[in-house]
Amino acid sequence: MNKLCSLQEAVASYVQDGDLVYAAGFTHLIPFAVGHEIIRQGRRNLTLARATPDLIYDQMIAAGCAQKVIFSYLGNPGVGSLRIVRAAIESGAIEWEEYSHYSMITRLTAGAAGLPFMPMNLTAAPDLEKINPNFQRVVDPFTGKEVMVVPPLHPDVAIVHVQRADAEGNAQIWGILGEQKEAAFAAQKVILTAEEIVDETVIRSDPNRTVIPSLIVDAVCHVPYCAHPSYTQGYYDRDNDFYLQWDELSKSKENVEKWLQEFVLDVKDHAQYWRKLGEATHQRLKIKDKFSTPINYGEF
Amino acid sequence: MNERIYSKNELMIVNAARLLQDGELVFVGVGTPNLACNLARRTHAPNLTMVYEAGVIGAQPARLPLSIGDPTLVSGASAVCSMYEIFSLYLQRGNVDVGFLGGAQIDRFCNINATVIGDYRHPKVRLPGSGGSMEIAAWANRCYIMTPHDKRRFPEKVDFCTSAGFLSGRAEREKSGVRGRGPQAVVTDLAIMMPDENGELQVTALHPGVELQDVRDNTGWEIKTATSITRTAEPTSGELRILHEELDPSGIYLN
Repeated sequence: MNKLCSLQEAVASYVQDGDLVYAAGFTHLIPFAVGHEIIRQGRRNLTLARATPDLIYDQMIAAGCAQKVIFSYLGNPGVGSLRIVRAAIESGAIEWEEYSHYSMITRLTAGAAGLPFMPMNLTAAPDLEKINPNFQRVVDPFTGKEVMVVPPLHPDVAIVHVQRADAEGNAQIWGILGEQKEAAFAAQKVILTAEEIVDETVIRSDPNRTVIPSLIVDAVCHVPYCAHPSYTQGYYDRDNDFYLQWDELSKSKENVEKWLQEFVLDVKDHAQYWRKLGEATHQRLKIKDKFSTPINYGEF
Repeated sequence: MNERIYSKNELMIVNAARLLQDGELVFVGVGTPNLACNLARRTHAPNLTMVYEAGVIGAQPARLPLSIGDPTLVSGASAVCSMYEIFSLYLQRGNVDVGFLGGAQIDRFCNINATVIGDYRHPKVRLPGSGGSMEIAAWANRCYIMTPHDKRRFPEKVDFCTSAGFLSGRAEREKSGVRGRGPQAVVTDLAIMMPDENGELQVTALHPGVELQDVRDNTGWEIKTATSITRTAEPTSGELRILHEELDPSGIYLN
């Protein structure tokens, strides 16, 4: 089935007020364009889950979309603090639920695999376990020793950006794989965005690279540069300057509101956002090619 | 002699880099540990295998990655896997020699706080949180901690134990059954401290120009000292050149 639709239609159909949203991607492939569309459509009371909330949730929380955040690392990677989420937590304006990376991803993996919980080894660190009742210990029936278990995470909707997908939603990713696959399988609905929509034969020419199969995908949207200021391996670079600038800009509520107005609310769609960033930024984020050696699957 | 005057921050990074041995597999953390590991690979440890929690194994970054999920980590790496796999197959399974960690607070027994200053539910300062720190501190064969030296960062007891050092002493960590041997050294911009037989930090080396009293003045408890305290070697011009010209030319971490 052809699932191609505009990003506006996908968000209107599959993201509802109050939903648990997982916008996937560990530094790589973060679907900023979808976050911006959710802001434009004025969704409220979302629970935003991500291992690293990154600037995408800083922006969505600044825009008033969320009532809760679930995370394992609340930083602007390599730069410092996520000022807006941090201030919302410090002032008690938002609820939060906290994990370590592995326990967070283990929750998603349990959700993706349809399991009631998943074990992980003990870490001896006492305090996260004390404050979050989703960390529980059970006795391993085989050794009699204790293990930690966490429950599955089931997002209402997962948003996953990829390099290329066909119109049905068979999607290929290379570069950092993060938790894309687990998030997609764990969720009730999946919105897929892609740098390129390709013919099914392209996907079938390299099936090992397909990370997400069409059977779990609900909407397929063609959104070039979707991940900016994050990046897409082989397409455009991470905009590290933007991450550094956001650290300055987000010190002031007024500047954040101005930025959201100018770059999110006053633009029609992501293509306009990208044009607005300007030629100098486009040039700066251009990358040089580095191709892999082709492999032979065999003809039968 | 070095013509270049070096900073305290450079002393910390250079000394942390020197703790890594060639041929090891290191789980690289964000920030200054990232600089230290990349420096080690470009100097005495060319066969260092750098693993990043984003799921990259054998990274050979051409530029210093600002974040630990940068595209330069992937191009030319020996393998890429999912986050679940990097934490389970590599770290939890016991395939990581060294973990490198930072933290806002380090206490007497090397416990790390990366979560919160003050009460957890009513935070005075909300910090980024664990990330992979809780698991790295537990499951890497050994760990090193890097942080600038001041009283605020070295309280007698952490406000929140994000990642286990030796808890209340080495015996408690051993009783917990976690596989890793825990922190082996804390490298600051003043000194190197190592845990004693009970897991309590003691000063073992001072950087050039630093007096023991400087360390005492900047530590939140009466810090023990080793029987003989050594002095670390000055950063070489080669180390400083790599840091400034190759790894952090715009001075994001060094300045």
